[in-house]
Amino acid sequence: MIELTIDGLPVLVEEGSTILDAARFYGIDIPTLCHNDGLTPYGACRLCVVEIGKGENAKLVSSCTYPAEPGLVVRTNSKRVTEARKVLVELLVAMCPSSKTVQDLASAMEVKKVRFKVEHNDCILCGLCVRMCEEQMMAKAIGFVNRGKDRKITTPFDMKSDVCRTCGGCMYICPACELRCQGPDAETDLCNACLNVQPVCLKEEDNKMCFLGTCGWCYEELGRKKKK
Amino acid sequence: MIQNPTSRGNCFIETAEIDKILEKHEYKKSALIPILQEIQSKNRWLPCETLKYVSEKLDIPLIDVYSLATFYKSFSLKPRGKHVITACCGTACHVRGGPKVLQEIQNQLNIGVDETTPDKKFTLETVRCLGACALGPLVVIDGKYHGQMNTKKVASILKKYSKKNK
Repeated sequence: MIELTIDGLPVLVEEGSTILDAARFYGIDIPTLCHNDGLTPYGACRLCVVEIGKGENAKLVSSCTYPAEPGLVVRTNSKRVTEARKVLVELLVAMCPSSKTVQDLASAMEVKKVRFKVEHNDCILCGLCVRMCEEQMMAKAIGFVNRGKDRKITTPFDMKSDVCRTCGGCMYICPACELRCQGPDAETDLCNACLNVQPVCLKEEDNKMCFLGTCGWCYEELGRKKKK
Repeated sequence: MIQNPTSRGNCFIETAEIDKILEKHEYKKSALIPILQEIQSKNRWLPCETLKYVSEKLDIPLIDVYSLATFYKSFSLKPRGKHVITACCGTACHVRGGPKVLQEIQNQLNIGVDETTPDKKFTLETVRCLGACALGPLVVIDGKYHGQMNTKKVASILKKYSKKNK
């Protein structure tokens, strides 16, 4: 067992686990995007950054790939960490504003503006589909191609792959495929509907379960009713 | 089944030749880069069929071979001409008139960057910096450095190389 400190809390974790595993085991929330329990950690999105070390030697590392070490001092919610995460989410929104997963993250971290030029890409290069295809579907039909700004995920020679069984695993796991609540052509780059929401429908009607999650629809609906 | 990877254009490499290269590297998966390099040095470019053949023989997924071949700039998946012209676009070459030289080559050969002349003699490529800034503007043809280039020199040098071909 390894003993380390997360947010001032002394914790004990099994050998071979990462900081993320340790934090999640003790109920400390670290946001992730490119992490999935069934797939190998990849460290692409960097949203899971945490601060380790003390004083001047403190540095940001991705918790999903950093192994838990004895005596490690981890801060998961320091100012530096939250600021870094906010910039990362801003960049993700600028890259793919049509993704619900990205918009939800932006709302959860209270990102209220995007300072970067918004490009409507349909891929954030998180590599989830590539790992899904290789590790869970045992196909290896898709992968990263080219490099730098031309990097993209595709099949060999952009043609239908011989090894692809069209299982749909890549689309199932893709965080960019799920469109945001207002659809792909929303007027604003940032949704932020969830920021304004108190779970009103739950307050008003005791027996209702909100199957939509926190989409903001019920809030607007309630406002309309009140106006009438 | 993978057919004999003969290819379009005037470049082709036989399976027997690829087998020879593969045998030399003992069919090692780790030797993929040197294998592709050797195939490219024989064939000047890597046809789709060749990559498929190599991936099947080495038992490496095709996507891995493809992403490696597209990652490195030295591998070409498009047919290349007999002479590869590399014009430097680095800062030093730029201020000394590199873009003018590049434009002159394009005008003379009537092709754009990363294109090959229809007679498969020349391929024009650009490079960020060759590290020989004192020689700028720099043009490399088939590994030979032509320093202090200017638009007037371009025609004579190109003529020299197209004559060599005959």
